[in-house]
Amino acid sequence: MDQKLVAVVDYGMGNLRSVSKAAEHMADARTKIVVTQDPQVIADADSVIFPGQGAAKACMQALTDTGMVEPVKQAAQEKPFLGICMGLQVLMSHSAENNGVDCLDIIKGDVTQFDLSGHPELKMPHMGWNQIHQTQDHPLWHAIPQDSRFYFVHSFYVSPEDKSTIIGETTHGQTFPSVLSAHNIFAIQAHPEKSAEHGLQLFKNFLEWDGH
Amino acid sequence: MSLAKRIIPCLDVDDGRVVKGVQFVDIRDAGDPVEVAKRYDEQGADEITFLDITATAHGRETTVHMVEEVASQVFIPLTVGGGIRKIEDIRTMLNAGADKVAINSAAIYNPEFVKEACDAFGSQCIVLAIDAKKVSLQGEADRWEIFTHGGRKETGIDALEWAERMEAYGAGELLVTSMDKDGTKSGFDLELMQEITSRVKIPVIASGGVGNLQHLVDGVKQGGAEAVLAASIFHFGEFTVQEAKEAMQAQGIEVRL
Repeated sequence: MDQKLVAVVDYGMGNLRSVSKAAEHMADARTKIVVTQDPQVIADADSVIFPGQGAAKACMQALTDTGMVEPVKQAAQEKPFLGICMGLQVLMSHSAENNGVDCLDIIKGDVTQFDLSGHPELKMPHMGWNQIHQTQDHPLWHAIPQDSRFYFVHSFYVSPEDKSTIIGETTHGQTFPSVLSAHNIFAIQAHPEKSAEHGLQLFKNFLEWDGH
Repeated sequence: MSLAKRIIPCLDVDDGRVVKGVQFVDIRDAGDPVEVAKRYDEQGADEITFLDITATAHGRETTVHMVEEVASQVFIPLTVGGGIRKIEDIRTMLNAGADKVAINSAAIYNPEFVKEACDAFGSQCIVLAIDAKKVSLQGEADRWEIFTHGGRKETGIDALEWAERMEAYGAGELLVTSMDKDGTKSGFDLELMQEITSRVKIPVIASGGVGNLQHLVDGVKQGGAEAVLAASIFHFGEFTVQEAKEAMQAQGIEVRL
């Protein structure tokens, strides 16, 4: 059987090791997981994982500095693409973080901060295990029960213009879109690499996904 | 449907081995951090914290390998504390697979270090550890002060003011240990927890004093903690993490089961 190449985009930020280890843990013998900064490797890969942590501005800066903006945009258009946490947020048009940052504009919409003014008991960042309510079917939900808990760490959330891209929702004071899907893209606010068995199942589903 | 309160088992490690006895682990594996971490993961631990008590350079290197080993097999958040003094220490631990680092005395000697660390790596991975002890002086109201060196050395810093200052400096979470309660098995210092959780918006992990499951419940319900950390009740097999979560759920606390 052919080798399958999965590229984990390395733009110098984020918990790459955790992401690649979780993917490796679920990969079969013919699947190779490569952490890379090389646009050619991303172009050659069968699928792409785009992780991320930290702040939007630093993330966009790091993507620009490493010359990864175009390869990432290209990959997001044509092959199975998994965005994680900041790797979801920077797919949007614009983020309100750091006094406003233009993002990759792959999915139309904004990234805004939680408003917890009516909830003095809730803490920020939204950190810990919360439920994802699956609002639409998707191949990546395979064998993951409805309302399973995933590990989240963030203070901003995405609002896509096209609501049909929302396939999962989570509530922290307000209900927000926690998982988006558009064609070959699946992007999740939570950290599947830190979400125990359901997170690992998500990696397994992604590795088996053809992007349709 | 909302965020679950977390249970975090804490392990002391020295030279890459868990040093407190762990009753439920088979003798030949006793002290192997990977085995212990896996066991807690299977029981449903929400995170695991390693407290590195190693004093030597060689021991530190071993700790890094230990974190690598655990991180490649256990897929829940891992925090490493103890000896985090420089930006480079944080980078090393994160690269090894830790998700967060706990900063304690380095913040006291150089508070700006917390700002630098948050700027460099993001608030989400910076846990600020506070060891506080109640100080009662005649003619003065009781207050809590930060202590270092395992509670032996006073700093003169007010713990409540320090908590607010560290939040302002960007810390993503506070790990608050009562030095009066630590090791007593008589429950958290709930008054201290209330004072701090009502002052900050960031999550607070309560630590020090857990002797039974009701103490964990009290830490959340009365202390206002987002997470509870315990060592000995889990190490010695008195309770599993699963039992602790069931006890919390029975009293109306949302947990991940």
